[in-house]
Amino acid sequence: MMQTLDRIFILLRDWLVHFLPSAWRAPAGTVLSVIAIIGLFPALFALTTVLERKGLGRMQNRLGPNRTGPLGILQPVADGIKALTKEDVVPFRADAIVHFLAPLLLVVVVFMGFAVLPMGRNMVLVDMDAGLLFFFAMGASTELSIFMAGWSSRNKYSLLGAMRAVAQMISYEIVLLLSSVAVVMTAGSLSLTKIVEAQNTYSFGLPHWYIFTPWGLLAFAMYAIAAMAETNRTPFDLPEGESELVAGYFTEYSGFKFALFFLGEYLGMFSISGLGTTLFLGGWSAPFSFLGWVPSWIWFFSKVMLSICVFIWLRGTLPRLRQDQLMNFAWKFVLPITLFNLLVTAIWRFLGPGWPRWFVCTALVVGIYVVMGETGMRRGKFGPRSYRYAE
Amino acid sequence: MSISFYILSALMLAGGLGAVMLRNAVHCALSLSVAFTGLALLFLQLDAQFAGLAQILVYVGAVAILVVFAILLTRTSEEIGESNVFSRTWLIGLILAAAVFAVLGWAVLRTAPMFPQPSAAPPVTVQEIGSALMGRYVLPLEIVALLLTAALIGAVIVATHEKEGAK
Repeated sequence: MMQTLDRIFILLRDWLVHFLPSAWRAPAGTVLSVIAIIGLFPALFALTTVLERKGLGRMQNRLGPNRTGPLGILQPVADGIKALTKEDVVPFRADAIVHFLAPLLLVVVVFMGFAVLPMGRNMVLVDMDAGLLFFFAMGASTELSIFMAGWSSRNKYSLLGAMRAVAQMISYEIVLLLSSVAVVMTAGSLSLTKIVEAQNTYSFGLPHWYIFTPWGLLAFAMYAIAAMAETNRTPFDLPEGESELVAGYFTEYSGFKFALFFLGEYLGMFSISGLGTTLFLGGWSAPFSFLGWVPSWIWFFSKVMLSICVFIWLRGTLPRLRQDQLMNFAWKFVLPITLFNLLVTAIWRFLGPGWPRWFVCTALVVGIYVVMGETGMRRGKFGPRSYRYAE
Repeated sequence: MSISFYILSALMLAGGLGAVMLRNAVHCALSLSVAFTGLALLFLQLDAQFAGLAQILVYVGAVAILVVFAILLTRTSEEIGESNVFSRTWLIGLILAAAVFAVLGWAVLRTAPMFPQPSAAPPVTVQEIGSALMGRYVLPLEIVALLLTAALIGAVIVATHEKEGAK
C-alpha cells in the first residue's frame, strides 16, 4: 500500500495517458508532468508568501496579514487580484521590448530549473546525465534577465540595483558551483538521481546524507550562504532593499510584471532549496531507515519547506550586509573556505572508509574555519574608509 | 540535417544578424546572447551535453554580462542610441568576409570524409572529458589556467587607477 502511495503520481500520470493512442503517450506524459510542476510550485509560492509575512510579522513582534480569511490565509488570492487588475505602467523612455521580455525570461528560466530535480523515487522530469550542470546553466541565465530589467527601465535606481545584483550573483555563483563540486566528487556523477541514490544508504539506521560528513557540513554552509545571495534574500538583499534603492531593479514594474518578478524570485528560492536538498540532505530519502515506508515525495517537499522556513527565519533575524561587505565576504572568506573544502573532500575520499578520515577531516574543517575567521575578522586600522576604483 | 537543425540555425543567424545590424548597442549584446544560446542548443542536439550546458553557463551567464557591462560603463547615457551600422568600406568588408568563408568552407569540406557516419560516433560523457583533461591534455589545461590568471591580474592592474599622493 505504501509502495502504491509512493508511486501514486506516476500511476496517476500513466492512467491519464492510457486513454491516448500509444504514439502520443510519451509526449503526453511529459506534458502532464510539466503541467503538474507549473501548477504545484506557484501554489507553494502562494503558501510561502503567507508563511513569510506571518512569520516575519511574529518575529518582528507584530501580527502579519490577518484580514483576508482566517489567519490571513487568503492573502495570496487578494495579492493576485491586485496584481492582475493594476495598470501596467511602462515609462515613456523605457526600452519597451527589453522591459517586456525581462520578467518573461526570468520566469521561463527558473521553471526550467525544476526539470532536473528528483522530487521522489523515479519522479524526475528529465533525467539528464549532466543534470547539475543544466541547473546551474539556468541559474546563470537569470542574471541576464535581472540586468535587462534594470537597464531597460532607464532609471538610475534600477540600474544601480541591477548592477549590484549582477555583481553579487556572479561572485556567489562561483561559491555555489564549487561547493556542489565537492558533492560531485564524492558521488562520482553529475546526474542528480545518482547523487540521491548514493545518499540513500543507511548504516546503524542513520542515513549517509552528505550533510552528516565534515566536508558536507562545510559545503552545505557555504552553499546555503551562496543560495541566499543568489536569490537576493536578506542578508544579501541590498539590490532590492526597500530603504536603500526604492525597489532596486524592479522599480519600474507594476501590476502583473511585478508579480512575475516576485514569482520568479520565490521560485528561484524553491529550486535552489530543492537542489540543496538533493545534494546535501539526501533528496527524497528518509531520515531513518525505519521511516522508509513514508512516500519519498513527502520527504522531499518537507525538506524543501524546512529550507524555506530557515530562509524566512534568517530574513527576520539578520541585518542587511552592505555591498562592499558582501563582496569582501564572498571573495575573501567564503571562496577560500570552499576551495579548501575541495581538498578536504579529496582527502576524505582517498583515506577510505573507517575512523581516521573522520578525525582528519573534522580537524581540517574546524581548523580552516578558525584560521579564516581570525584572519578575515581582523581589522587593520579604523581610519576613514578608502576606496580604489577601476577606471 | 533534421528540422531542428534548420530551426536552430535560423535562430542563430537571426541572433548574429541582430548583433551586427541593430542600432542600440545593448540590443546588439542581447541578440548576441541569443546567438550563443542557439549554439548551445546545437551542441545539445549533437548529444554533447557538457559542451552545450557549459556554453550556456559560460557564454550567456558570464560573457554576455561582461559585454553589456563593458558597453554600459564605457559610454555616457546620451551616446547610447542611434549609430550608423553600415560603414563606408562595405565592399572591402564583403570581399574579406567571403574570402574567410571560402577558406573555412574548404577546410571543413576537405576533412569531412575523414569522420565516420554520425550514427557511429560514441557519446562523449563528462567522465571521458574529465579523464582526457587530466590525462592527455593536462599540460594545455595548466597552461590555460596560468594564462587566465595572468589575464585576470593584468586586467586588475591595468584598470585600477593609481592615485598619487593621499591613499
